[in-house]
Amino acid sequence: MSARVPFAIGLLAVGLVGALGGLMIGYVPYGPLAVLEGLAGHGDPVVTAIVREVRLPRTLLALEVGAALGLAGAALQGLLRNPLAEPGLIGVSSSAALGAVIAFHFGLMAWADWALPATAILGAATTTLILLMIARRAPGTLTLILSGIALSSLAGALTSLALNLAPNPYALNEMVLWLMGSIKDRSMNEVVLVLPFLIVGSGLLLATARGLDALTLGEETAQTLGVHLGRLRALVIVGIALVVGAAVSVSGAIGFVGLVVPHMMRPFVGHQPSRLLIPSALGGAALVTVADTLARVLPTHQEVMVGVLTAILGAPFFLALVLRHWRTMP
Amino acid sequence: MTGLVTGLAIEDVGVRIGGRTLVDGVTLEAPRGAVTGVIGPNGAGKSTLLRAIAGVLPHAGRVTLDGAPLPRPGSRARARLIGFLPQGQDVHWPVTARRAVELGRLPHLGPWQSLARADVAAVEAALAKTDSTRFADRPVTALSGGERARVLLARVLAAHTAVILADEPVAALDPGHQLAVMEMLCDEARAEHRAVVVVLHDLSLAARACERLVLMDQGRVVTAGPAEAVLASPWLDRVYAVRFGQGRVQAVPVVTPVRRLDVEECRREPQRHAS
Repeated sequence: MSARVPFAIGLLAVGLVGALGGLMIGYVPYGPLAVLEGLAGHGDPVVTAIVREVRLPRTLLALEVGAALGLAGAALQGLLRNPLAEPGLIGVSSSAALGAVIAFHFGLMAWADWALPATAILGAATTTLILLMIARRAPGTLTLILSGIALSSLAGALTSLALNLAPNPYALNEMVLWLMGSIKDRSMNEVVLVLPFLIVGSGLLLATARGLDALTLGEETAQTLGVHLGRLRALVIVGIALVVGAAVSVSGAIGFVGLVVPHMMRPFVGHQPSRLLIPSALGGAALVTVADTLARVLPTHQEVMVGVLTAILGAPFFLALVLRHWRTMP
Repeated sequence: MTGLVTGLAIEDVGVRIGGRTLVDGVTLEAPRGAVTGVIGPNGAGKSTLLRAIAGVLPHAGRVTLDGAPLPRPGSRARARLIGFLPQGQDVHWPVTARRAVELGRLPHLGPWQSLARADVAAVEAALAKTDSTRFADRPVTALSGGERARVLLARVLAAHTAVILADEPVAALDPGHQLAVMEMLCDEARAEHRAVVVVLHDLSLAARACERLVLMDQGRVVTAGPAEAVLASPWLDRVYAVRFGQGRVQAVPVVTPVRRLDVEECRREPQRHAS
């Protein structure tokens, strides 16, 4: 119990240091003092503009997206009782990406700024509703995972179709870049747009803490402990659709955060699913912030997309996990 | 309401899954203060019956506790009345034994409430009763089968439910711990006035620990009543297709299979055999 408070403070500190680094590091690096002055609005006007208009939205988005992905991963792994589960796995991320690509395809952003996030959330919600209906008719973890994989493939295929039939090279380029996952060149509009979905979705996911603990002993035992399984599944799925849909809509597909972070946090919380949720949100926020800062300082002639970076680091991690868990896989 | 004063009453309970009838018109009583053993061959519907009472499987018929119908399955109110120890030892995360036992207190906690002093006391008492305090801080997944079985039983005991349903609670245990667990369940029934229902395969243990026995076969109750009467029933051999020898060793009842019966002998009308 006593180890929990320093652990949470440590996580917060990593996130804050990462965020400060995110504000300092960039095309032109600034010292911490200049950044703080810029934030407060009474420093060099150029520094103030860059820090407030360019780097602050980016850093805040990194925190939001990371928290969303980390929390969603922890909740999903708890529900499925599988450390290999990831929001991408049940097709929510890819459906959100599909929704966004459709917006690109038809140039919906010319109508309104919010068209992109709206279609992404719609995509995530559609898949979530289908999954919910399947979960109600055919309960069981395996059904959920398999249907998720099927929906994920379908969303991937439709995304390819949209790219295939792209109206012009410019739109194609935009879609492909967006799919790689980045939080570059975002404004405070996006930061504010994500927030309500993130808050509501996180609230739903945090409300599942007890149920996820009970699931440690299996679905039947959880039921006899007074857990309404249908309601628990619905809360997790809707919560994940909200946070992941909103995150994907502003950042594109940033993979493996929801897989890696809960895994790293688990030993610190005694593997208890309920205690994993908030640390995973904090850890995800810290990880994406650090990864995004890293993406900026890598000496490449074009900035590396943060989604590409997380995938390059995350995929081998996933493979290592699979190899470690292969004996216990069903 | 049947003639029962207090306890669990099951009336005409049936379970159908995928068009197959697994439990058919089962009526039985499990009074408070006593251990009721459910015996019968594999596939008799014992586990299915227990899971139906626990609220995991939908069923036909009525289940009442002290004359009142049970709350909705999956509700916390029901979880506060009925504790269920399923077969098998599913523990999906390497949480410590103490954390696993604490899960037994979930039905008593509000959604955002953490363990109170009374909850912690209940958990520690359950760990002590099951001789599990020694390894309470080790991950459940790292324990031996017998140790894990005791921890999972402690989880049920910590809930302080009026009814305890245990599906083969001693299957993974050595003889010493088998006796200890059955004595503990008897003690829960008598001292705490709970209705305890236990599925058992070891008939000697059933004869020793259970006041009442229910013999099931093919989803139905063949005979039920005081343990001695059920074990003396001519149906026992036929249902198991085994000739049982019965006696006492140092005043302890022993029921042991002597030889298997062939189809012809099973079909014959049951006769009393010398015991």
